[in-house]
Amino acid sequence: MHEMSLCENILGILLDEAASQNFSKVDRVCLEVGPLSGVEPEALRFGFDVVTRGSLAHGAQLDIFEPEATATCAACGTTAVIQDRFDPCPSCGSHLLKIKTGEELRIKELEVS
Amino acid sequence: MCTVCGCRSGETRIEDGAEHSHGHHAHHHRHYGTGDAGASVPGMSQSRLIQLEQDILSKNNSYANANRRYFAEHGIFALNLVSSPGSGKTSLLVETLKRLGKTHACYVIEGDQQTTNDADRIRETGVPALQINTGKGCHLDGHMIGHALERLATKDGAYVFIENVGNLVCPAAFDLGEAHKVAILSVTEGEDKPLKYPDMFAAADVMLLNKTDLLPYVDFDVEIATANARKINPDIKVLTVSAQSGDGLEDWVDWIGTARAELFAGCSATDAAE
Ligand SMILES: Nc1nc2c(ncn2[C@@H]2O[C@H](COP(=O)(O)OP(=O)(O)OP(=O)(O)O)[C@@H](O)[C@H]2O)c(=O)[nH]1
Ligand SMILES: [Mg+2]
Ligand SMILES: [Zn+2]
Ligand SMILES: [Zn+2]
Ligand SMILES: [Zn+2]
Repeated sequence: MHEMSLCENILGILLDEAASQNFSKVDRVCLEVGPLSGVEPEALRFGFDVVTRGSLAHGAQLDIFEPEATATCAACGTTAVIQDRFDPCPSCGSHLLKIKTGEELRIKELEVS
Repeated sequence: MCTVCGCRSGETRIEDGAEHSHGHHAHHHRHYGTGDAGASVPGMSQSRLIQLEQDILSKNNSYANANRRYFAEHGIFALNLVSSPGSGKTSLLVETLKRLGKTHACYVIEGDQQTTNDADRIRETGVPALQINTGKGCHLDGHMIGHALERLATKDGAYVFIENVGNLVCPAAFDLGEAHKVAILSVTEGEDKPLKYPDMFAAADVMLLNKTDLLPYVDFDVEIATANARKINPDIKVLTVSAQSGDGLEDWVDWIGTARAELFAGCSATDAAE
């Protein structure tokens, strides 16, 4: 359900860009979806197809780039790749982690005509 | 479809405020990015690449920032209460308003998929409340709150409590312009919830452990729940409360007052520095 409303947000952005950047068809959408963004890429694909049906992005290719999640430890200063928000620091075990990357939820680029 | 400004808002319905009149409708919030969807330019058909780097939630964030500005300009302190269905958001609000509402102007915005039950419960305390029904939508967003604020006609210096749709997942992602998200977890839900729904506990500044009157009957360890929440969010404030017995509510109401003072102290400090 959440992914559905995100797809409506994506379509809204595409419509705005179409008006301001003069295009009428979107052929490819490239997204960046971090593992800590709370979004399931597969659900996003499903939602995208449903929401864009009959729109300027009907049938557009959806590329989803999934960057790594990284965090810096406030206790020992290590920056490391993590899988989940509750992971401890891999070098000292502390939970005082500050998320650096992994929360991205962005449209990176569009291929339009 | 929003009947006031014509914005497309899907299945969302906002209760009509009693004194609301469309004639002098103030529409304080701008609409973001409502470009003409039909605009297309013939003769421009070659494919090209557009580097966008735009946050998917950018529109919501624009509405939320407009709400935040409105709150700041009017000295309003707003909280966004989030939890799974039935953790006690409305019960806690009712008890909070019985204490705070005597001395301060308070307003409540209620989000549920259907029914006005929760807004009705709030109005019984004498505090103005507005129900937003999201239909199939599973969270409130910044735009809905902007419209609700127009209808509530809030007094300056008020407290605005927003009860989000019961859902521990997506309300985490939608900023409404609030000062703080408050996550409510009841002791019947299990201490592992912060680990299972980390985004919500990462986004919240406070966790209220509610229904502590039931602690003798359930297998719930407050220490473990707190430790789990702090694995996700080392800075999260944890308060134990019972809407039923009233335990802990004084501390909660005190926290609200302190957080409000801190927010506005920060504001005037930055104003003075500018
Ligand atoms: N024993 C006990 N029951 C509580 C407490 N707080 C709430 N309840 C009960 O829990 C049930 C749900 O409470 P609500 O306040 O409606 O919960 P909610 O989070 O607003 O629910 P939704 O809006 O439907 O998501 C009701 O039957 C309340 O009476 C409490 O502190 N102790
Ligand atoms: Mg409720
Ligand atoms: Zn460390
Ligand atoms: Zn609107
Ligand atoms: Zn949702």
